[in-house]
Amino acid sequence: MSETQTRGRVLPVTDLSLVVLVGASGSGKSTFARRHFKPTEVISSDFCRGLVSDDENDQGATKDAFDVLHYIAGKRLAAGRRTVVDATSVQSDSRRQLIDLAKQYDVLPIAIVLDVPEEVCAERNAGRTDRVDMPVRVIKRHIRELRRSVRQLEREGFRKVHVLRGVADIEQATVVTEKRFNDLTHLTGPFDIVGDIHGCAAELESLLGKLGYTDGVHPEGRTAVFVGDLVDRGPDSPGVLRRVMSMVRSGNALCVPGNHENKYGRYLKGRKVQHTHGLAETIEQMESVSDEFRAEVREFIDGLVSHYVLDGGRLVVCHAGLPEKYHGRTSGRVRSHALYGDTTGETDEFGLPVRYPWAEDYRGRAAVVYGHTPVPEATWLNNTICLDTGAVFGGKLTALRWPERELVDVPAERVWYEPTKPLRSEAPGGHDGRPLDLADVHGRRAVETRHQGRVAVREENAAAALEVMSRFAVDPRLLPYLPPTMAPTATSRVEGYLEHPAEAFAQYAGDGVERVVCEEKHMGSRAVALVCRDAETARRRFGVEGPTGSLYTRTGRPFFDDESVTESILDRLRAAVAEAGLWDELDTDWLLLDAELMPWSLKASGLLRSQYAAVGAASGAVFPGALAALEGAAARGVEVADLLARQRERAVHAAAFTDAYRRYCWTTEGLDGVRLAPFQILAVQGRSLAGLPHDEQLALLDRMVEHDSTGLLQTTRRLYVDTGDPESVRAGVDWWLEMTGRGGEGMVVKPLGAVVRSTEGRLVQPGIKCRGREYLRIIYGPEYTRPENLDRLRKRFLNHKRSLAIREYALGLEALDRLAEGEPLWRVHEAVFGVLALESEPVDPRL
Amino acid sequence: MFLTISTTGTPERPATDLGYLLHKHPEKAQAFSTSYGRAHVLYPEADDQRCTAALLLEVDAVALVRRGKGKGRGGAPDSALAQYVNDRPYAASSLLAVALSAVFSSAMRAVCAAKPELPSQPRPLRIEVPALPARGGPELVRRLFEPLGWTVTVEPVALDSEFPEWGDSRYVRLELESTQLTVAEALRHLYVLLPVLDDAKHYWVASDEVDKLLRAGEGWLPGHPEQKLITSRYLSRRWSLTREAMERLELVRLAEADDSEVEDIDNAVEAETETEEKPTPLAVQRREAILEALRAAGAARVLDLGCGQGQLVQALLKDPKFTEIVGVDVSVRALTIASRRLKLDRMGERMASRVQLFQGSLAYTDKRLKGYDAAVLSEVIEHLDLPRLPALEYAVFGAARPRTVLVTTPNVEYNVRWESLPAGHVRHGDHRFEWTRQEFRAWASAVAERHGYDVEFVPVGPDDPEVGPPTQMAVFTLGTAVIRTEKEAKAA
Repeated sequence: MSETQTRGRVLPVTDLSLVVLVGASGSGKSTFARRHFKPTEVISSDFCRGLVSDDENDQGATKDAFDVLHYIAGKRLAAGRRTVVDATSVQSDSRRQLIDLAKQYDVLPIAIVLDVPEEVCAERNAGRTDRVDMPVRVIKRHIRELRRSVRQLEREGFRKVHVLRGVADIEQATVVTEKRFNDLTHLTGPFDIVGDIHGCAAELESLLGKLGYTDGVHPEGRTAVFVGDLVDRGPDSPGVLRRVMSMVRSGNALCVPGNHENKYGRYLKGRKVQHTHGLAETIEQMESVSDEFRAEVREFIDGLVSHYVLDGGRLVVCHAGLPEKYHGRTSGRVRSHALYGDTTGETDEFGLPVRYPWAEDYRGRAAVVYGHTPVPEATWLNNTICLDTGAVFGGKLTALRWPERELVDVPAERVWYEPTKPLRSEAPGGHDGRPLDLADVHGRRAVETRHQGRVAVREENAAAALEVMSRFAVDPRLLPYLPPTMAPTATSRVEGYLEHPAEAFAQYAGDGVERVVCEEKHMGSRAVALVCRDAETARRRFGVEGPTGSLYTRTGRPFFDDESVTESILDRLRAAVAEAGLWDELDTDWLLLDAELMPWSLKASGLLRSQYAAVGAASGAVFPGALAALEGAAARGVEVADLLARQRERAVHAAAFTDAYRRYCWTTEGLDGVRLAPFQILAVQGRSLAGLPHDEQLALLDRMVEHDSTGLLQTTRRLYVDTGDPESVRAGVDWWLEMTGRGGEGMVVKPLGAVVRSTEGRLVQPGIKCRGREYLRIIYGPEYTRPENLDRLRKRFLNHKRSLAIREYALGLEALDRLAEGEPLWRVHEAVFGVLALESEPVDPRL
Repeated sequence: MFLTISTTGTPERPATDLGYLLHKHPEKAQAFSTSYGRAHVLYPEADDQRCTAALLLEVDAVALVRRGKGKGRGGAPDSALAQYVNDRPYAASSLLAVALSAVFSSAMRAVCAAKPELPSQPRPLRIEVPALPARGGPELVRRLFEPLGWTVTVEPVALDSEFPEWGDSRYVRLELESTQLTVAEALRHLYVLLPVLDDAKHYWVASDEVDKLLRAGEGWLPGHPEQKLITSRYLSRRWSLTREAMERLELVRLAEADDSEVEDIDNAVEAETETEEKPTPLAVQRREAILEALRAAGAARVLDLGCGQGQLVQALLKDPKFTEIVGVDVSVRALTIASRRLKLDRMGERMASRVQLFQGSLAYTDKRLKGYDAAVLSEVIEHLDLPRLPALEYAVFGAARPRTVLVTTPNVEYNVRWESLPAGHVRHGDHRFEWTRQEFRAWASAVAERHGYDVEFVPVGPDDPEVGPPTQMAVFTLGTAVIRTEKEAKAA
């Protein structure tokens, strides 16, 4: 048996393909399929007939059966699963539909023909009760059609055709699964991916040297990956080819083709191509090399695979970028996209095709590393990065270390070739100042952040954010940041307290944070202020006509309906910044401030009146009468002592509640009585300051407050605590007790280093709030301090709030980084919108 | 949470009969469990001349919040109840009414086994409710109680004595006096009218709610001049439930994050139009003007941008010339109501294939809005802050670029003709601006100029010689020159 098997035909079948069995009824297709493929890989037309009509031989159900077959096959192919179609497929028309299906999902169509003599088919059918009636003329017709078909299968588009003639041939054949050429998922690198070289041989040698290669070999066994466009325009395309080809040959490098190699390859094959875009230079340089080398180059280019999937599917390398649905696929259009990218069909003012910004739509898991479009800086966009930094145009040659994700580059030695148009100063596909598009924010999304990876936004949260952002927020251009929510300290067990700072210090100590700052929590509303030096700065940096900045709430709403009030606050801030000399010191003409605006009643007056004062009013009205009634009953000797005591206590609590909210209210007239306490400078021109340690932050802000002559600005009191020093921790607790004892709202404990990771590498909470005992009456109700209430309230769950706080923080940091790096508006807005959307996630609102 | 019922008497007809009537002994303090806390009945005074019974409900605020099982805000039927800071423990709310009916159920039914003749006898009664939430204020309190034979003393309670500028709270101190009513009648009045004045809700309305109202209202509700208001408020809770079920918790949370009231943000759908809207003549005239302009433009595929509750979409559906109608709104709640109004889930396939509703925002460009014959922005622009109007302009005229655009907006000059509108007020709380004819024309002409449209203006409603029409409409048509070049560009 084994001897006959080894003598039989070996049929290579690609792992992701659409396999079409071709054979007459009774030719043994199902048996063949069963023997060589997994049962779930095979879909038979008979089975589908049964599905739609309860009868596998109901020819009247054929059309519906094939609809089902195509549908199932489509789903499998879309999911990247090999599919075998078990139907006669002897007619070219039925095969064409399958070829189209393979094309639609960019997989290889493969035909396996089972050519069996008519009498064998007839005999087999006769042996099956369900087919005993099949007329012989049908089999005859099948065989006639099959024999006519065999010659034309390749022309029809099948990329592999295996023809098995006779019963023995069929029985002895074996199927072996072949991987796709582009599937190098088993290679894990590490890799050094090199951008477009364009004949810049000297720069290539410098870059390889900088990456640690000696004569094309890395001592640590790293593999170089070239994204194509080795040739054209530059001074030494043969030198580049020689280096790359030898590295590929020796197994030290991989290479995907660029459109320039592709065109040169066609030239070498004798096709007629235009000698434009630097091809003439390559042809000329290649005149001086040996015929043998030219032949090698031709063979090398011919053998290049359009893209590679590497490192367990985490990395895709190709020349012009590739949407996720094309990863690992094999079709003409995949190759074409990999080489040329997608274009919109339009041409720009320089006569070059306008490229479709595929990366903006990219939401895939795998990182896509590519080149093709020269950009001044390589930057990540939706997990894709373009490494073409225009070396040949006098830019630089860039490499990406994988999996480290570090960029390494060398400058061009000179401008080797004049660019047709200036390098775009933004991520590929983006347009500076292009209007925001709904697709930037709508629906379920994932926002890529530097500090916390991908942050997911659910559809219903995005929908709510869309409504608030559209109807109530300030102009998105003046809304470059929204503050994250903040988690409270772990619930305290100390008698009479729900929150106590001991837990906050312990939490940071556990995270490995030694130095923290305690900042007084101001009794107002969170406010973010964007302060520009003047209207011209606002116009130039933020593209708005008129306003000189913005002042908005934590959901992006303007604080004041009257723009002139906002402007007069901005005036005062501007003056303080100027007086303190911060414009020059920070080398900026705008800054973004995180602050608290007081009094609370300024913004929350509606809520205060309808909820807080209302409770105060109702309790104030009811207790005198109720207590008098109880006292009357007690005087008559009715046993109400307990009830009376309890009501007296409740009356005291209600009065304490009224006192608590009143501290947040005072009357303001215009700006008189309005106070602003800045506690962080978030960003300035070109820089996010979110990582600036808080002591330095506060020192800058103190100077601002000092130089404010209008009484608007207020300082933030603070105390530094060493979480490992019991003495210092005690001082922190005492400070809090003293502050909250006088009616203060509480404090926020922050790691001194601002953006800090724990010993395990997690991002730690940027702040933990410890709210005062009296203040919490406003949150948990007047009577929350009663022991039975505290016991129940201690069962609160902080994990979701903490996770939310970290995710929002990461989005906020991301917005600041994008803003600082001058990324397009939609990129900044995407992160800001994400914060607003997350704010609508279900979490206990009292935390 | 507290009220007292007092009566006076004589040795022959002692005031302490109140104890028999209420089935509660004057010499004892009694406590009863109710689902929201403990109710206590006690007598501060009880002799032949004077007898006062006090009902005190100790509401457990923490339990009130924690009872809900939903996520985030607790599954309490009313968002206000999901707050620990809640007036329920202090105010004489519907919770107190429920306690009243539980504790005094026999008294309400006028049953008294010991002295069967007592319940039917009117006696001098005095009821004090020190903190009664009264939506509608003292005036409504009088209108509700006076027709029933009560002498009403009602004083508003100030919100906060330290902040007199905040004015009065929604609570009043109420005293009712009468000599013509029985205790059972008094209790039944309170049982119905406390929740009606409170106008909030604390429990899921069961299907027997109507029966309860009819029973408690027997003998006094049918002839009451405010019967309609009483019935609709009492039962409006049923409607409110639908509203609660539809409440967008995401929006509620965003309001909370900002220390705002939910109504500040979730106001895309006006409360009073939640029930079937009475078509005001102006709204009808506006729709007719729009339909006429769309027909004149030969539009078949139409966008209703800011479709709100779908009234225009509904009108467009009635004319088969409009083959594709897309309603877009930023408010998911508005879309839900529109979908219900149009009965989208029960609509025939042919009809349904002509209409689509989806969430969108004109602050952003949107590929889905490209390629339509016409777009309608009816009473939309005035809901945007002026600085954000350029984004809408670009999204509609620059990106979507329908052949025809209709924009309607109020003419502020006409406001002096609205008798009900106080001088200087806008017509709707959410209007960020209202324009004069000249302002609207200046804006529309500049937009047309910038984007290659021609614009004409059409008055909607009576065109007053002095102040113009109540609504102004601009009809923008893409310039023929522009259409040609765009076609050529496409062909090339």
